[in-house]
Amino acid sequence: MGAPAQDVPTYAPGELAALAARHGLTVSGARPSLPAYVRQLWGRRHFIAAFATAKLTAQYSQAKLGQIWQIMTPLLNATVYYFIFGVLMNTKHGVEDFVPFLVTGVFIWTFTASSITAGTRAISGNIGLVRALHFPRASLPVALALQQLQQLLFSLGALTLILLAFGQYPRPSWLLAVPALALQAVFNTGVSMAVARLTAKTPDIAQLTPFVLRTWMYSSGVMWSLDHLLKGERVPHAVMVALEYNPAALFINLMRYALIDSYTWAQLPPHAWAVAAGWALVCGVAGFVYFWKAEETYGRG
Amino acid sequence: MAELKDSPGDDRVPTVVVDDVHITYTVNGARTGRGSATSALSRLTTRRRTPGARQVHAVKGVSFAAYTGEAIGLIGSNGSGKSTLLKAVAGLLPPTRGRVHTQGQPSLLGVNAALMGDLTGERNVVLGGLAMGMTREQIRERYDGIVAFSGINEKGDFITLPMRTYSSGMGARLRFSIAAAKSHDVLLIDEALSTGDATFQRRSKDRIKELRAEAGTVFLVSHSNKSITETCDRALWLEAGTLRMDGPAKEVVAEYEKFTKRK
Repeated sequence: MGAPAQDVPTYAPGELAALAARHGLTVSGARPSLPAYVRQLWGRRHFIAAFATAKLTAQYSQAKLGQIWQIMTPLLNATVYYFIFGVLMNTKHGVEDFVPFLVTGVFIWTFTASSITAGTRAISGNIGLVRALHFPRASLPVALALQQLQQLLFSLGALTLILLAFGQYPRPSWLLAVPALALQAVFNTGVSMAVARLTAKTPDIAQLTPFVLRTWMYSSGVMWSLDHLLKGERVPHAVMVALEYNPAALFINLMRYALIDSYTWAQLPPHAWAVAAGWALVCGVAGFVYFWKAEETYGRG
Repeated sequence: MAELKDSPGDDRVPTVVVDDVHITYTVNGARTGRGSATSALSRLTTRRRTPGARQVHAVKGVSFAAYTGEAIGLIGSNGSGKSTLLKAVAGLLPPTRGRVHTQGQPSLLGVNAALMGDLTGERNVVLGGLAMGMTREQIRERYDGIVAFSGINEKGDFITLPMRTYSSGMGARLRFSIAAAKSHDVLLIDEALSTGDATFQRRSKDRIKELRAEAGTVFLVSHSNKSITETCDRALWLEAGTLRMDGPAKEVVAEYEKFTKRK
């Protein structure tokens, strides 16, 4: 082909690095320190909120009924689960106020499950954004978790209607829903960030998540009472404890305790609030740090 | 910080220093061969390493320094690594080897990815602005300017319609308007001049000149040799991931034209 000779300035090894150092240039795309990263993330809070709301509204914008689906979808979900588990399988045997019990379980579980599912797509689903603009990448899983929280607030609207329809009226303990949801939201965000890093590196994990989530759901007493199911000596005590203290079961049962009259303190395992707070704190912080550790690699390959 | 060890006559201030940068992509699922499920299985059983993954060496050891006040054009045939190099300078695609040093945070003029077709143009202006790191107040101040510049509302109230209903030209105009609303230290522009009709092209060329005046250094990737020689004073010619030539825009473009004609 007869390529022309290269006509570029040559640099001695280390010459360019020295030039950069002399003028105080910083390495582009380097990972910021943890405190700086937290500050950057806080600086992007408006973007996070706008991104979450945009995703939420974009979801039903092509449907004729539009945003009505925000509340219709959870109501229909609850109806399906009631029909299958309440009527066909008659799981309600022995559980008081079964419909509120079931619907609370389903909605609270969905909050965690869909946050984690959203986390698997946080980086891969927004790769264009990651490759086009500069912002702390944690904004993405946080925004998606926030979107799920907004979605949950619509579901709670539906839940309130169902509670009222089944004779559960507002009482002071309903306020306990606020700390319970706050802890759950922190937990979800942490797990979602960890999953986001894992799937960014190994996309195959997104294929496995549904199976893990389904196993987790069936062992967390979403549609039935763990107590009733595991009564007797069928399972070892250790398994029972593990199931009761698993974060999903804890968050669901704390919500039931807050909202349903017949669900009493005695039905919660000891130290339920402390353990729930522990889960939130450990998973929230660990997930965030784990995500931050790979900050500079997102968007490559 | 100022050690003042610069060689005599070199009092220019560098804004971007690219030091022997290599960029390698790993692409999953880029395998050839038929019956992918069975061949994937056989690959698993024969334990060949990284099934289906392929390495693409997009940029191979590029070095240069850019200084304040320079407008640098990047030229080269398709797939020569221009856009990839730009993304590395922006800090968006980490180099596999080598380093990119920059003054401040270079910004890529590419807000496209943040926008959502299901949202109205109005909300996309806000979302795009926030994604670029503007504050809500800055967006409020510049909102009217952005909409007027895009000319979206010249033929009716289109800004309140979802962006998916826009024609491709209208969408491109709004995207450029949002992206150009912010001023930057180091600005990277990827083929932005080719959007929209003649009126809009002239308008965006003027805007880029303004941005250049505000920014320290401007990088421009373009396939239009004319816009490179008009806008830039220096040019880098990339071919197959290596730097072929670095010098005054006119000379480099002339050499590049000779090269493309010969092929």
